[in-house]
Amino acid sequence: MQPLLSVRDLKVHFPVHGGLFLKKTGTVRAVDGVSLDIAPGETLGLVGESGCGKSTLGKAIVRLLDPTAGTIAFDGRDITRSGRRAMQPVRRDLQMVFQDPVESLNARHSVREIIEEPLVIHRLGNAAARRKRVDELLERVGLSKASADKYPFEFSGGQRQRIGIARALALDPKLVICDEPVSALDVSVQSQVLNLLLELQRDLGLSYLFIAHDLAVVKHLSDRVAVMYLGKLVEVAPSETLYRDPRHAYTKALLSAVPTPDPLARKSRVPLEGDVPSPFNPPAGSAFGHRINHPRYEETVGMDLSLVEIEPGHHVAADPCCLSEEDWEKAGRLLAGAGA
Amino acid sequence: MTMSDPLLQVHDLITAFDTDKGLIRAVDRVSFEVPKGRTVGIVGESGCGKSVTAMSILRLLPQPTGKVLHGKVAFKGRDLLKATPKELRKIRGNEIGVIFQEPMTALNPVQRIGKQLSECFLLHTKMSRRQAWEASIEMLRKVRIPSPELRAGDYPHQLSGGMRQRVVIAMALACKPDLLIADEPTTALDVTVQAQILDLIRQLQAEMGMAVILITHDLGVIAETCDEVVVMYAGRVVERAAVRELFARPMHAYTRGLLDSIPKLDRPPKSVLPVIPGMVASLVDLVPGCRFCQRMGRGGGILRERPEFEEISPGHWVETCPNCFEDLS
Repeated sequence: MQPLLSVRDLKVHFPVHGGLFLKKTGTVRAVDGVSLDIAPGETLGLVGESGCGKSTLGKAIVRLLDPTAGTIAFDGRDITRSGRRAMQPVRRDLQMVFQDPVESLNARHSVREIIEEPLVIHRLGNAAARRKRVDELLERVGLSKASADKYPFEFSGGQRQRIGIARALALDPKLVICDEPVSALDVSVQSQVLNLLLELQRDLGLSYLFIAHDLAVVKHLSDRVAVMYLGKLVEVAPSETLYRDPRHAYTKALLSAVPTPDPLARKSRVPLEGDVPSPFNPPAGSAFGHRINHPRYEETVGMDLSLVEIEPGHHVAADPCCLSEEDWEKAGRLLAGAGA
Repeated sequence: MTMSDPLLQVHDLITAFDTDKGLIRAVDRVSFEVPKGRTVGIVGESGCGKSVTAMSILRLLPQPTGKVLHGKVAFKGRDLLKATPKELRKIRGNEIGVIFQEPMTALNPVQRIGKQLSECFLLHTKMSRRQAWEASIEMLRKVRIPSPELRAGDYPHQLSGGMRQRVVIAMALACKPDLLIADEPTTALDVTVQAQILDLIRQLQAEMGMAVILITHDLGVIAETCDEVVVMYAGRVVERAAVRELFARPMHAYTRGLLDSIPKLDRPPKSVLPVIPGMVASLVDLVPGCRFCQRMGRGGGILRERPEFEEISPGHWVETCPNCFEDLS
């Protein structure tokens, strides 16, 4: 099946200016060579710590940011360089839900105006039809019709997030990029919104790119999960597989750091020192190997650390610092096979 | 040996805020105890009063709106609610340390971190400036900040979030307090850094023998760090028990709902999560009866009065509203 979204070797770099004449003094490699596919109806989870570039990747895909290199194909169409005008029809199928339900809704617009706006911009239906559609959408996301004439401040965080979701659904999109949609919500409200997202996917056949830092939440929602570290993907696998059998040292560390809500579970934590290195001046070799001070770090300088398919559907970065001896040998054979 | 008195005893605490809509009770008759050297977790959703409870203990409520109306906070046998401002200043930062949630706003942005740390020693001990600076470096080393001699000369913005939180912890622990109050100490941090910080608090606690009140909304953090748990809902304690007991035999419907509704790594993906319907009523609209019944759409429940808070089994306390309380054992 043809993927709905296909990203190849995407890079998003930001110039850094400094000094007296604001000369370019460096580059932040926020996203540095990411490739991923999302199939119709699929959820791809994207996890990583703050500053790893996951939000930048999401924004580049909906083209709120311009990619520096690489390609983005959506629904068979290359949108990497599409301008504002060319993007407009694409945006009907490609929508986004933002993290902050306060900042992402216009406080001076009523809920009706907020949800209606995409319909107005795309000149869909007349006033009566739009009115009906807004009512429908409100019901769909579990808000009463009466909410339409209220303003965002009259709602709680969870309800505001529902408004944001209704707005994203207004144009009947195929893919919704959800950037930390539940991080700002309380536990009991979070589960309500997660259930809503699952229900919408079942009923409408949506695809999601679900970006979050909470691994349990990501696992719960995703068919496949991609783990990002310092601008690069280090592991991609089906959700269950990734959590049962992580292969990359960073994935292992990340999983073991998640607190388990069970006081009897005494798990072994993979201790991890230090912080995520800055994407301003990333290490030349394996970024994670550098963080854990791996003895083989020097080897990885200049090495191609892209993903290899170590098991069917399970991709992991070919990095001697982060794989077991056995997996590294296997990865080496796979790379040699691909090169031959 | 006889059971000694707990280090901290909060009894029947009522804290209210003066607003346009009248006096609003954010904390409504909260009681719990913190034994020496133990960790007590306070868990609940935003607005449940967990932070206000902690700030009432320290008398750090926003002024002039916040008021403790009733209750007793006995710390080492002294009632903090009756202490004079001068006595309180001696206790805060010395006998009771605090870690606030936001490591950026808790630090002074225009002062070197070594200087900010020195302040604790200068205020509470008779150290000279030089000695205080040395002690600060020692403290930074203790919270495992690499090359502390250099870092002491840094400003907060030069450190990462995790490092800043370590500095805040160093400040809270500088005078070896008997009690540490940590208000969402890891909420702003990444999981790997959170794990480091929680491990650090645990280790330092074991080294220094202090008691900890850990305020969080994360049940995973509670399960991994606490000995006892206080579950708060809408300003009240609905359940209180030892951590294993609480996770094994939650008796209040709210605790059970909370435990069920979190996505766990071992739950099948894409399954429907059990939810607690509705949301917490605004503090202005809370009923005098059972507030969880109110959320579930049962009005004030069967009871017009507040449900009794009873000890069902040794150390396991729960609000016994006939609708919300169930002993499943």
